[in-house]
Amino acid sequence: MTTKFTKDHEWIRFDDAGATIGISDHAAEQLGDVVFVELPEVGKTFKKGDDMAVVESVKAASDVYAPISGEVVEVNQSIVDDPSKVNAESMGGAWFVKLKPSNPAEADELMDEAAYKAYLETI
Amino acid sequence: MTADLKRTPLYDLHLSLGAKMVEFAGYEMPVQYPDGVLKEHIWTRTKAGLFDVSHMGQAFLKTKRAELGSDAAHADIADAIETLLPGEIRKLKKGGMRYSVLLNKDGGVMDDLMVTRPARDDMQGVLFLVVNAACKDADFKHIASKLKDRAELDIAGDRALIALQGPLAVNALQTVVPGVETQTFMTMKPYHWNGVYVIVSRCGYTGEDGFEISIPNDSAEEFASLLLTHSDVAPIGLGARDSLRLEAGLCLYGHDMDETTSPVEGNIAFALGKRRKEEANFPGAERILSELANGPARLRVGVKPEGRAPAREGVEIVDMNGAKIGVVTSGGFGPTANAPVAMGYVDFAHSKTGTLVQLMVRGKALPATIVDMPVVPHNYYRG
Repeated sequence: MTTKFTKDHEWIRFDDAGATIGISDHAAEQLGDVVFVELPEVGKTFKKGDDMAVVESVKAASDVYAPISGEVVEVNQSIVDDPSKVNAESMGGAWFVKLKPSNPAEADELMDEAAYKAYLETI
Repeated sequence: MTADLKRTPLYDLHLSLGAKMVEFAGYEMPVQYPDGVLKEHIWTRTKAGLFDVSHMGQAFLKTKRAELGSDAAHADIADAIETLLPGEIRKLKKGGMRYSVLLNKDGGVMDDLMVTRPARDDMQGVLFLVVNAACKDADFKHIASKLKDRAELDIAGDRALIALQGPLAVNALQTVVPGVETQTFMTMKPYHWNGVYVIVSRCGYTGEDGFEISIPNDSAEEFASLLLTHSDVAPIGLGARDSLRLEAGLCLYGHDMDETTSPVEGNIAFALGKRRKEEANFPGAERILSELANGPARLRVGVKPEGRAPAREGVEIVDMNGAKIGVVTSGGFGPTANAPVAMGYVDFAHSKTGTLVQLMVRGKALPATIVDMPVVPHNYYRG
């Protein structure tokens, strides 16, 4: 199972069922305490880079972009019910959506963990 | 961070406390400490939060037309400042303070400010002013030039300002400055601490009981550090300062009021003195009195979104038919309210408490209600 990252701080993890997407520890930490999450409906399709979800802290709202194109097959209602989970488990239990990729090759352009860590050093 | 940003005397202390620094009004200021905005907000509502507000403008306005130290000198300096604002300053008691607004000739708000009549007999004929950081240069220029024939403005660039806010603020501060516990809301008293002159005002910007302490720059860090040794006191950044004042229904100048809004539109008509309204001799009196009599075109109101989604500054407010009736000027999530909190301007016809409206958030119309402010009740100490 490989995890890749975008420059906008989403992570995406691939397995046999498809792709799971969330926001990185760095993104969660920068946002601060998350108080609101808005997720797309199951069945909705996105192109790579589209606004897919919204995450808000006390101070700021931030868009979550689709790292690749695809159709939403599942969303994580538990982070809508308890947004603080995004801060506690950003890389695991607080995933946002599962996508069925329409063009899996798009993932090749994303960073692996080492490249993302190096990228964080530059910003 | 650009090199030309100013720093307050507490800059090093902020860094040592792990603050995240941001630009605000030309200053490098702490937006939050490691605990984060949510915890800092709750801490202030339940214990005592220490805020660096040294970026705000402090000044002493002194009459040139009477010898300091008499009631006549106070009357003269009060008459002077009353030409620029609509508040009742003449009748302030010694050590009393008022929230007021500097008005332009059209009755628009140039800034909001605190005006204090000193408690000391020998300071009669002087007023202590505290204005917003972003407006201070313009405010002081305006005041000094308008009153140049009759008053002198001494800008107190040598003084820091520290706010201690929250229900336990009085317990903590009285261990450092004994006597403050006897002050009531909106009063000021001078003290000596460690050989320096400190001015303590029982007021604030959170809706909680609390104090603002004006202290010489050189002593500010030692004073703040001493307060922070108290187990109920924690440092609080600008992020929580904003969510606290939002829940308390207090205006942030430049967002919830500007040069186009009158004090009546801004829903701060309480700042208009009774005698001042009768005399009708403040800038823009014609417009302001007409709005009081006939209702303003628009009014600042509280707006409560029904769901969990925050509505932030700039969100359009529409009626139930989708017609635009106003705009959110401040909004976010209120940690104590545990709900989104917003304020904004709506057409007067839609400003009644209980009116159902909709907020256009990311293209969707979300249901909301016009509500009274504050959302979280004030907790001031009135004796």
